[in-house]
Amino acid sequence: MRIVVDYDLCESNALCMTAAPEVFEVRDDDFLYVLQDEPSEELRAKVEEAVRRCPKQAIVIEG
Amino acid sequence: MSLDRIVIVGASLAGLRAAEELRARGHEGVITVVGDEPHRPYDRPPLSKQVLTGAKPPESTTLAVAAGSIDDLGLEWRLGESATGLDLPDRAVLLGGGERLAFDGLVIATGATPRRLPGTDHLEGVHTLRSLDDSIAIRAALAAGPRRVVVVGAGFIGAEVAASTRSLGIEVSLIEALAVPLERSLGPEMGAVVADLHRDHGVDVHLGVGVVLIEGSDRVERIRLSDGSVLEVDLVVVGIGVSPNTEWLEGSGLTLDNGIVCDATCLAAPGVVAAGDVARWPNERFDEVMRVEHWDNAIEMGEHAARTLLGDATPYTPVPWFWSDQYDRKIQLAGLASPDDIVEVVSGRLEDRRFVAFYGRAGRIVGVLGMNQPAKVMRWRSLVETGASWSDALAVAAATD
Repeated sequence: MRIVVDYDLCESNALCMTAAPEVFEVRDDDFLYVLQDEPSEELRAKVEEAVRRCPKQAIVIEG
Repeated sequence: MSLDRIVIVGASLAGLRAAEELRARGHEGVITVVGDEPHRPYDRPPLSKQVLTGAKPPESTTLAVAAGSIDDLGLEWRLGESATGLDLPDRAVLLGGGERLAFDGLVIATGATPRRLPGTDHLEGVHTLRSLDDSIAIRAALAAGPRRVVVVGAGFIGAEVAASTRSLGIEVSLIEALAVPLERSLGPEMGAVVADLHRDHGVDVHLGVGVVLIEGSDRVERIRLSDGSVLEVDLVVVGIGVSPNTEWLEGSGLTLDNGIVCDATCLAAPGVVAAGDVARWPNERFDEVMRVEHWDNAIEMGEHAARTLLGDATPYTPVPWFWSDQYDRKIQLAGLASPDDIVEVVSGRLEDRRFVAFYGRAGRIVGVLGMNQPAKVMRWRSLVETGASWSDALAVAAATD
């Protein structure tokens, strides 16, 4: 599973950080940082939740 | 109970996420989705922003699903068809054409309809904004170059329409009956910040003023306000709230009271769940019966209702969350806020329009409001989640700002 964020769409709403804090972090500079580009399979449900909860539909899972 | 046939009434965000969750949880039976619009599920937030300004084409709002293509969900679509009744004893949804859709399980996610100003139905140029078609119509009216747009109601829809219209360089008047914008949602102090934001962007803001009359022969021409002023206008957008779509359920046996009344798990009757704007339920986290019109609630409640339908009996206890983009400001609220709460700014300054404020009632924190502070809102949201005391919440904010 590979995480692809479209940073042109991302507006740092930080919902992904709530759904999958192991993978997504919005820092005080208001930018999103992806902590793991290829998280382990056990995080898939959380990452899918992050995809669904993103108000900008900016996160895509490949693979 | 066997759930071979599930019907979802409402083909928007809550209904789609319910369908997705049913499939994710292994439901292999028939899922039929009924929607009164001709469109596949689309995303509403851009309708008052990027679609209005033309930054995004209307077709870009089509909703995606997390696990690939929407077609992989194997849903039966009944689009452009309205549900007109519910036969609860016989377990069937009645469609406009007279057809009966039998179900074993039912998800109701019919949303809400904007309220209209009385006496304006015959006038061209008076719009409400809810659907994709509404947004396309307003976009076309804005593109025709109106001299002045009047936005009636400074709630979230009105405030966003005012901001989007202003960003196109069009003159805007914003009319609000209450003392400040968003007063019912955010209280007077934060509402005043939003009023100033709009004034600084050149919006002609009228607060504490009602609409007396909208005049015109075929098209809207002028609008008379309760303070005696008269505005010449080419286009009016009305954003004075919504009513839940429950008319079709009158007499069905479901309890209706400003929405479909559900139990704590989103169950409205055996085998019948409701989600999104149309549903009212007791949120045990806050010990309050609520109906939440937020985008995020449509997702979370749609998913929760789907699990309830499959037999899970967990109460639905979200910390509600929403955002609103106006100009270059992002307003976010995690939790609750009401005009009666205590409000304290815990980070940043109101005058910089970059701050975080806490809302408290009965000795504990209930809400975290941010303007252009998304990371802190999400960080401190956990204080609402854990039900932190007001003093503990303030101490945590001071220590982690």
